[in-house]
Amino acid sequence: MPALARTDQTIIGRWWWTVDRWTLGAIVVLIGIGILLIQAATPAVAVKHGLSNFYFVERHLVMLVPALFMMLAISLLSPRHVRSLAIGGILLFLPLLAITPFFGVEIKGATRWLSLLGLSLQPSEFIKPFFTVIAAWLFSRQCSRLGFPAMGLNMTLYALILLGLLAQPDIGMATLVSLIWFAQFFLAGMPLILAAALPVLGIAGLFCAYSFFPHFASRFDRFISHSGDTYQTDKALEAFTHGGLFGTGPGAGTVKMALPDAHADFIFAVAGEELGLIGALVIVLLFSFIILRGLWKLRGENNLFILLAVSGLLVEFGLQTAINLGSTLHLIPAKGMTLPFISYGGSSLWAIAIQMGMLLALTRKRYGLMDI
Amino acid sequence: MRSWREHGRRRSSTNQPSLPGLFSGLKAHTDTKKTRSPSSPSEYALTLASARLGLVFLSFFLFFVLVSGRLALLSLGHEPAEAQPLHAASGTGSVTARSDMTDRNGTVLATSLPTMMLMADARKILDAQDAAKKLQTVLPTLNIAALTQELQTAKRFITLWRHLTPRQYYEINKMGIAGLEFIPDESRIYPAGAITSHVLGYTDTDNEGIAGLEKSQNERLQKQDEPLITTLDIRLQTVLHRELSQAIDTYKAIGGAGIIMDVSNGEILALVSLPDFNPQSAGAASDDSKFNRATLGVYEMGSTFKSFNTAMALDSGFIKVGERFDTTQPIVVGSKTIRDFHPAKHWMNVAEIFMESSNIGSARMASKIGTTQQRAFLARLGLTNKTPLELPEVGAPLVPSAANWRDTATMTIAFGHGLAVNAVQLCSAAASLLNGGLLVRPTLIKGSTDKATQENGSIRVISEKTSAQMRALMRLVVKHGTAKKAEVAGYLVGGKTGTADKITGKHYSQNARMSSFLGVFPASAPRYIVFALLDDPKGNAKTYGFATGGWTAAPVIGNVVSQIGPLLDMPPVDADVMAATEKQLLRPLGSDVIESLNLDDEADDYAAVESNRAH
Repeated sequence: MPALARTDQTIIGRWWWTVDRWTLGAIVVLIGIGILLIQAATPAVAVKHGLSNFYFVERHLVMLVPALFMMLAISLLSPRHVRSLAIGGILLFLPLLAITPFFGVEIKGATRWLSLLGLSLQPSEFIKPFFTVIAAWLFSRQCSRLGFPAMGLNMTLYALILLGLLAQPDIGMATLVSLIWFAQFFLAGMPLILAAALPVLGIAGLFCAYSFFPHFASRFDRFISHSGDTYQTDKALEAFTHGGLFGTGPGAGTVKMALPDAHADFIFAVAGEELGLIGALVIVLLFSFIILRGLWKLRGENNLFILLAVSGLLVEFGLQTAINLGSTLHLIPAKGMTLPFISYGGSSLWAIAIQMGMLLALTRKRYGLMDI
Repeated sequence: MRSWREHGRRRSSTNQPSLPGLFSGLKAHTDTKKTRSPSSPSEYALTLASARLGLVFLSFFLFFVLVSGRLALLSLGHEPAEAQPLHAASGTGSVTARSDMTDRNGTVLATSLPTMMLMADARKILDAQDAAKKLQTVLPTLNIAALTQELQTAKRFITLWRHLTPRQYYEINKMGIAGLEFIPDESRIYPAGAITSHVLGYTDTDNEGIAGLEKSQNERLQKQDEPLITTLDIRLQTVLHRELSQAIDTYKAIGGAGIIMDVSNGEILALVSLPDFNPQSAGAASDDSKFNRATLGVYEMGSTFKSFNTAMALDSGFIKVGERFDTTQPIVVGSKTIRDFHPAKHWMNVAEIFMESSNIGSARMASKIGTTQQRAFLARLGLTNKTPLELPEVGAPLVPSAANWRDTATMTIAFGHGLAVNAVQLCSAAASLLNGGLLVRPTLIKGSTDKATQENGSIRVISEKTSAQMRALMRLVVKHGTAKKAEVAGYLVGGKTGTADKITGKHYSQNARMSSFLGVFPASAPRYIVFALLDDPKGNAKTYGFATGGWTAAPVIGNVVSQIGPLLDMPPVDADVMAATEKQLLRPLGSDVIESLNLDDEADDYAAVESNRAH
């Protein structure tokens, strides 16, 4: 048992007894597996880029320490402070998102990255969790009908972010943000007729994207016909087959050597090869544990803002996981998305840390009715 | 602890007395709405959200089940069908389009290697100068400035390099220059290089044959998978190539040709024309080096033609081998005078005329037989029509028209002037004389003569007896006549020298000549014709200034036979056995004739010098 007594009323003491320790534990295990897999997957990639063997491992650890610190620090906040943080965050990152198409670095035909103080980061990664919290707040305000133009503001924000993402262009991220926003809208009482019409709208939107963005169209075509350059997906599938039930053992994989993005978007394939079906299933279970348990626990929630924010953050976390696993397993068209806490990700690791920090803060046990 | 927990539970239950179950779905929620009116809009929304959350939960739950199932399928060996093409796409299967060519023993003479063609799409090149500099490090012959300029255009298809080696392909691919494309290609490789260049020919960059067997057999090579087996024997080809090259160096000739042919079926085991070229870069070779002197060049062969003249005379039945002709005076025919270099002081018989290579005697023999007979005989041997050889580079013989082929032409053709043929034609005609008298067709492709013989049967050109006499006469030329330099210990080599003045412009040149030797071995039971021709050799101190066939070409045959004999399962024979076989070989000439010849070994060295002055 921890040394903290239940009667400890310091910030840390209260935190320890109220935070969702199961979720926190699952995240720590995921981070541990991530460190293991990055040691296995990155040396080959590093050598290919002319870097020292453990360049990515060192960088990952360097990024991980502040990420962990940020997550824990944010989890100490009260719901009200989380909201303030989100507002501050959006005020900081929305302008950055706006300038990205003009000052960003173009990679593979899209401008998504900004170079700031020697760090390259993707503003959209940070926008996502902040916007989720703000959208939850605005939806809940709308529902309480307090004469505040919440819905209008909400839609305006959503439209601005969508515009910023399409300008890059980043169809995948735009889809992700939309899915989260509409999921929250749905939970917040979207009329059923609109809810039924949504899939139609979504398909129409994707069709437009297919017509206007050749990059997206090519990825989609490759998924459907499995022709053209499907090298990375093919190698990923080969890795799973090679791994079998028990895997080759950590570091002993060979297919991973031929996988260009083994350290980032395709790290799950490395897990499949080296840890086998059992190891891969453990990872899937950890993710589903965090997501499903989180959603399950919400059924007892009595605050709409908390419910919408937490479910939004969980949906975000879940979709990110689902897109990564789906791409790697060739269940959906390939979309570059890191596997939370496991992939070598740089700034995406920080974004996910902030996101889960807010989640942990919002899911802490509260006593009595708080005005949030 | 317990009390705290209970407190929490109690609290939550009082706050949410009748929330519908999480999984009761939307319908359940609407029921709730009817039965219970929520106290505030906020509370109503909370109820609704909790209900709808079930759908989200279910979606994620199903997705994770799907992922787990997919994982199990993949990991437990059920490789999905769509992953299959990845093996085919890796491009390691080296099935090339054009079939190989081999020699008669299966050694590969021509094959195709898969290569890569390097293309550039100039519109996709980000930094033309940088790309050009990088490419130049792997392909040093590229011009950076010109390449940079070309890559700055908007051209979509620029061919930068035709056949990248695997290493070049790897190096360039590793650079990761955007806008470059690699297209699978193949390149023709000739392991023996220049040695087989005139026979095999070469292909253009699109792998279409444009010379040699590559051209004549183009369709066959493209359509059939199994290799084309040629009649060449690369070992013999190499020996002949080396010996001929050395002779060309030694006598400062401008070129040469050599042939080894199977006397029984006309199969060509070696065919060399010098100078030759590297078939890998045929474009850079000069026209002269690409000129096939063994097949395309037609030459007046000189004294080697006396073989046909003598055979014709003996086979006609009108002239016996012991019959003597007046060889003491030059013959004047019209404007021409036919003379021997060293006129004999006595009348010579047919054997002497052949051994000493007398022009006068040969001319008189031909005159006796007559023009019509001569023309028919040479036609039968295939010397007046274009040889049916499987090469595009075959020169048609230069034959006098019927109006010009009269007494004078008959006499000059008797000693090899006034009729020009190619070397292959000469060899196949000689093979027909020496193999017992059956016509052979020259060929470079294994199996083709068997087919032709099956269809047409064998055609007799001279009698067995005449053939035997010719073998004896040719042996005498090497043993005692003008071609002692072709003699090799352990092998019964026979043959006939030839030296013809070259035609420069419209006149015969006094200084330039074609020196040749038409050899056969073993003379007792011929198996192979070995022929060498030197284009304009010059005499040196060792040859006492002579550049005749006997001094320059005959030694080539001697050297070749001594080297290829063992390769052809013919070990050298003991001197005693050779002497006995030789006696047997000379018998068809008759003892009178043999005695009449001055076969005195003592005078040999001097006689060789003297007799080589004759042609």
